[in-house]
Amino acid sequence: MLHTYTYPEYAYKQSEEQRSGTLKRHPIVIIGAGPIGLTMAMEFASRGLSSVILDDNNTVSIGSRAVCYAKRPLEVWDRLGVGEEFAEKSIQWKVGKVFFHDELAYSFDLLPEADHKMPAMINYQQYYLEERLVKACEASPLVDLRWKHKVLAITQNDDAATLTVETPDGIFKMDAQWVVACDGANSDTRRMIGADFTGQFFQDRFLIADVVMKAEFPTERWFWFDPPFHRDQSVLLHKQCDNVWRIDFQLGWDADPTEAKKPENVIPRIQAMLGPDAQFELEWVSVYQFACRRIDQFRHGRVIFAGDAAHQVSPFGARGANTGVEDCANLGWKLKAVMDGSAPMALLDTYHEERAFAADDNLAHSTRATDFITPKSRPSLRLRNAVLELARTEAFARPLVNSGRLSTPTPYVESSLNTRDAEAFAGKMVPGTNCADAPIQRDGKDAWLLNQLGDGFTILSFGPGAQAVKANDISAKVLEVGKDIVDAKGILGERYDGKPGTVYLIRPDQHVVGRWRQFDAAKVQAALCRALKLQ
Amino acid sequence: MALNRQPNIADQDLFYAELINGQRDLTEEQADMMIAKLALILANHVGDRAVLSEAISLARENTLAAA
Repeated sequence: MLHTYTYPEYAYKQSEEQRSGTLKRHPIVIIGAGPIGLTMAMEFASRGLSSVILDDNNTVSIGSRAVCYAKRPLEVWDRLGVGEEFAEKSIQWKVGKVFFHDELAYSFDLLPEADHKMPAMINYQQYYLEERLVKACEASPLVDLRWKHKVLAITQNDDAATLTVETPDGIFKMDAQWVVACDGANSDTRRMIGADFTGQFFQDRFLIADVVMKAEFPTERWFWFDPPFHRDQSVLLHKQCDNVWRIDFQLGWDADPTEAKKPENVIPRIQAMLGPDAQFELEWVSVYQFACRRIDQFRHGRVIFAGDAAHQVSPFGARGANTGVEDCANLGWKLKAVMDGSAPMALLDTYHEERAFAADDNLAHSTRATDFITPKSRPSLRLRNAVLELARTEAFARPLVNSGRLSTPTPYVESSLNTRDAEAFAGKMVPGTNCADAPIQRDGKDAWLLNQLGDGFTILSFGPGAQAVKANDISAKVLEVGKDIVDAKGILGERYDGKPGTVYLIRPDQHVVGRWRQFDAAKVQAALCRALKLQ
Repeated sequence: MALNRQPNIADQDLFYAELINGQRDLTEEQADMMIAKLALILANHVGDRAVLSEAISLARENTLAAA
């Protein structure tokens, strides 16, 4: 196997508390230094909260895992200071092609709306992403990242959890006001807590192969249904950095996973796909089975779950890591407000309310894609193939082709934190939705709206008249269009239906709370209280 | 608009003959595929989700009742 990437080895250090044998109480302990655990720590740091991350290993994610990252997580990472770098170093793509047998059935363009800072979708190997996040965590005075720390047990009472942790120096205990479990789909924490994780297992297996080749393929997502080189199954091809290509072969349920991943069985499969002249080398091969499942409650007392530990989806649509990052953004400001005593525990319950709603939306998308890609019966296979055959010539059938609907954030349209519209608005920015970015000018220079929203609540005011409002010790600051920022292209006004006088109240995670056609301090203040569960 | 469950096709005998004729010389597999495509083509033409839901339930219930 070829290696385009050298895995870093991070140094284990014995902590002072283990060395001295003192039981220390930490505000937050994060379990797992994967993309979600690391993002979570950065998110907490951005809110002024310090955290300790415990990881049982001492390197980044091994092998080929998450590949595609969508605009919304990139925007979250941009707020945390690493988004621009990801967008710059990754592979950007927007065309997807779907083949049926050996013919093109359908081609789509993500047609990203212009005038957003972040691209619609990037491909970036998970190890690169994690390595950068590790660097960011190590640079933050608020993050204490500890390698080779394995959590063996958790007990909890009303105000803290106690973790039993094993390191190369033995076993010790640490207390945490809050534990955030980001330890992945096979979460040990979930098992220790005894939380239910239920859903659907798919009776199918997939072979993942990363190959290195200098190929003439364009940078596009190619998906085959029943191709001549892999009969009755599906195949996905995706480009990553360093001339590494990701290939997913559907194997079916009867395949022997150990046999399937032997190089002598993998190489002919890939050669048949790429053609006899293609020169390539294997970098990584693994076989996996996937499931669509969700945890019963995102919070069990002092232990909160995020990422795959809380929800597992099929890989079609790139919904795993992407939704995990949105979990982080949702939890950060809420936990901060509750820990500061600015908001009641009820605010934390809305983490489950909103993110379980999003997880269920993702699971439904993911399950529908899986049912199309791997039909469960002969009649559904026939309908699926009927759609694919029609799609070759009939435009109407193309939207029915589902090779994975790519991840987009789920608006919290039902959230109890929203204040419903009392007036008519056009456009997509209904309460609960994540704010669309827009190009603006600040101090005569080009800039982006999302970068101006800051870390707290914001009152985005189209024109003068708005004033800051306060609830407990949390205030919402005014960002005035026409004074603080200039809508030079008119796109901001268009995306937000920002007629003069319009004001939006925006949450710290950049979701819309409510909006009004004119500023009324009492109404905005009531909405702020509602968004903090203070009433 | 509700699903029209009253006769609505003029020259029904000719329509039915044409439908059968449309499957002429097809293998059983192809004929099943042809009906599946016809269902998709007509579903798209109707478009109305409520009408489609009603039609799907009617076809299902009628099939189960006949079993």
